[in-house]
Amino acid sequence: MHTRTAGASLFTDLEPLLEQVSKPIQYVGGELNSTVKDWDCGGDVTVRWALMYPDAYEVGVPNQGSMILYEVLNERPDVLAERTYAVWPDMEALMRSQGVPQFTVDAHRAVGDFDVLGISFSTELGYTNLLTALDLAGIPLHARDRVDGDTIVIAGGHAAFNPETIADFVDAAIIGDGEEAVLMVSDLIAAWKREGMPGGRHELLLRLAKTGGVYVPAFYEVTYLPDGRIQRIAPTEHGVPWRVSKHTVMDLDEWPYPKQPLVPLAESVHERMSVEIFRGCTRGCRFCQAGMITRPVRERSITGIGEMVEKGLAATGFEEVGLLSLSSADHTEIADITKGLADRYEGTNTGLSLPSTRVDAFNIDLANELTRNGRRSGLTFAPEGGSERIRKVINKMVTEDDLIKTVSAAYGAGWRNVKLYFMCGLPTETDEDVLQIAELAKRVIETGRQVSGRKDIRCTVSIGGFVPKPHTPFQWVGQLSADETDARLEKLRDAIRSDRRLGSSIGFRYHDGKPGIVEGLLSRGDRRVGAVIEQVWRDGGRFDGWSEHFSYDGWMAAAEKAFAASPWPIDVDWYTTREREESEVLPWDVVDSGLDKEWLWQDWLDALDETEVDDCRWTPCFDCGVCPQMNTEIEIGPTGKVLLPLTVLGAGKAGMAEQAHTHA
Amino acid sequence: MARRTPEGPPPPPAVQKLRLRYAKRGRLRFSSTRDFSRALERALRRAGVPMAFSAGFHPHPKISYANAAPTGTASEAEYFEISVTERVDPEALRVALDAALPPDLDVLEVVEAGPGSLAERLEGSVWHLEMRGVTLETLTYAVERFLATELAEVTRTFKTGPKTFDVRSAVVSMVATESDDPSCAILQMVVRHTTPSVRPDDILTALRAVTELSPPVPPLVTRLAQGPLLTATAGVADPLAADKEAVGS
Repeated sequence: MHTRTAGASLFTDLEPLLEQVSKPIQYVGGELNSTVKDWDCGGDVTVRWALMYPDAYEVGVPNQGSMILYEVLNERPDVLAERTYAVWPDMEALMRSQGVPQFTVDAHRAVGDFDVLGISFSTELGYTNLLTALDLAGIPLHARDRVDGDTIVIAGGHAAFNPETIADFVDAAIIGDGEEAVLMVSDLIAAWKREGMPGGRHELLLRLAKTGGVYVPAFYEVTYLPDGRIQRIAPTEHGVPWRVSKHTVMDLDEWPYPKQPLVPLAESVHERMSVEIFRGCTRGCRFCQAGMITRPVRERSITGIGEMVEKGLAATGFEEVGLLSLSSADHTEIADITKGLADRYEGTNTGLSLPSTRVDAFNIDLANELTRNGRRSGLTFAPEGGSERIRKVINKMVTEDDLIKTVSAAYGAGWRNVKLYFMCGLPTETDEDVLQIAELAKRVIETGRQVSGRKDIRCTVSIGGFVPKPHTPFQWVGQLSADETDARLEKLRDAIRSDRRLGSSIGFRYHDGKPGIVEGLLSRGDRRVGAVIEQVWRDGGRFDGWSEHFSYDGWMAAAEKAFAASPWPIDVDWYTTREREESEVLPWDVVDSGLDKEWLWQDWLDALDETEVDDCRWTPCFDCGVCPQMNTEIEIGPTGKVLLPLTVLGAGKAGMAEQAHTHA
Repeated sequence: MARRTPEGPPPPPAVQKLRLRYAKRGRLRFSSTRDFSRALERALRRAGVPMAFSAGFHPHPKISYANAAPTGTASEAEYFEISVTERVDPEALRVALDAALPPDLDVLEVVEAGPGSLAERLEGSVWHLEMRGVTLETLTYAVERFLATELAEVTRTFKTGPKTFDVRSAVVSMVATESDDPSCAILQMVVRHTTPSVRPDDILTALRAVTELSPPVPPLVTRLAQGPLLTATAGVADPLAADKEAVGS
């Protein structure tokens, strides 16, 4: 047994290992704006969170959600939060051989010493990394094996909207926006500690479950029909709700986080700071889980955005600001925001970027403001579907003419490369729908050559397999198999390459169908899939989001083994390519995202009819159910305010000037 | 086809060049050169240093780095140069930049650049190795054996493949001394900068080959100084001395 005191630094044990691993900087912490607090900062009732992003540091450190919760929690005097990430296999092997447990990067404390391990799942492909972290932390893998004193494992993030797949491994899941929820949970834990921890772990979890906003899988019994479908998911404890509600933060201006974004020394996947300009999206793309589960739209005000950019840049020194949201050009005041920011940062080499821009919301003025002070990068649009017909099915209301008009404006204004994102395997899709992508790309090149008068313009087609997600109108559909996806992608590639005149100007990038099947299994899985995750992990599965680590064959072999041991006729196809009926109980029915299941079904029928649904921001409500169910409403501008000029950067310059100092 | 040029006026010209010495300490010894340059560029922006930028579509701040210590080694003597568009007070810049960098990356000295190249003055380094788990006796024996050899070849893998080179000729001096901890002897040496550069771990590899010296844990390596070689005293001089004199005159 360890004689280590709780909360003590493991750095001395870790240091020799750092000499032997790749990119050791990712394990040392000390980033600008990171926080280390006293282990007993709140006395006996200190609530301690280890926050994990279950991927490599370089992916996890810029994650907005984790950064927000880290700061929100640390602002509370009696709460401390530290960060931990998935360690690479070279480090894992050394930690195992030297007995070093999973640690936080901030103060190198053992994760098992914390009250809560909060783990944020943006994607299901991080599940095996959760198991590695639990095992390295010395926390029992299965929630049912944990006892009083063991860390409470709470999942969050978009993937937690179907918490059943990981029900074996997590004690609880928080659904929806985390800012207020983590403080609520902290209060509840502090109160329970203050009372002397009555009833131990069970009582604490029960209190959490009774709030109605925290899902505790152990308090639900799942029964099955002989054919494997779920018969019922029912609470087993008095006072535990049948369905758990998502959390919604209504006023983004009240939550201007992160105020002090982390600045890692190591290279990360986003070398910029980000300001979330609105949350939610009501465009209604039927494939898009994020758009469905984050309703309604809540805008941050133009002045709130200006202030966050100003403070964030001063706190970080980043040279690029990402204006983040699900569809950034849709902000009611986007033109004033981009112009106002470009004016403010004129001459400072500070770039702006809009990571998600719809074809129909884009215009050249906007693009010019974005590149005025920074570097001109490529333009990316996501028509998602190749044919007009399939775009109606998925409710991506963008016409081919919209797209051609937009890209010709871009080429005309001097852009040389336009990237187009698509999906393959959408419901009702045929080869023709996908082959239409080639025609579209050729038209883009032809138009581009015409308007620019040049031959060296390019267009890149990027395409991946569609994965049906919970809480969307496509939650019932059969996923296209990996083989069929690959066959379709191959036909598309041939159609592009075979064009001698235009083909060489079109780049083609694709993701094969195999990872999508595993993602599909995990997305629409139930608690029986936990055995598969565990088997894969025991066989060495790690970092499934990384193609060099992902093993499709490993997953299939593990699934075969795990499902063979189950009493039901279930397999990977049953979870992925099988179409569900309206009446089927879905594992994620226990989560109330606000969306009315009947509305989702109706929207699915509309998809089959190729009927489009407009955006409720500018057309009447179409009764998706979220606002009345969650007692929320659309929060959008315009506010009519503008960004005033500001001496924004180089505030320290005056103090540094030579004439300000007397020389001897 | 006409070459495209960026719109707008050219960037303001550089009016002053500064040379800086910084230390890389504690856990930040694990930062790489690239990690440092990222941190530095952001710190310069936060501090409001009036940096000069290169022209073109992708303007870069004018910074040049000299001979950085390898990832994993600490240093008291790392150098780089920056150019600014408005004259600044070197000490005020030092204070502001130091405050803007993370703790353990500490700006120690800033001087206005005089004539001559800084990189050329960095002829050698003084290295200090805490040999944890190695007694003075063991280390002394290894040092004697190493110094007695005429050639000590090691092989290291570079981007272009494995390369074998002599490290003995680069070692100007090598001394074993004791520390407060009897189980941790100190290896101090002056190493000439050569191509390929001989790093402390190359010398440790050579020591292992000569005497089977094999520390149970990797030693803590610190570069104490780098500069013009002083052969007589087996040390290095201050590479910024010429700049300081130029300003003083």
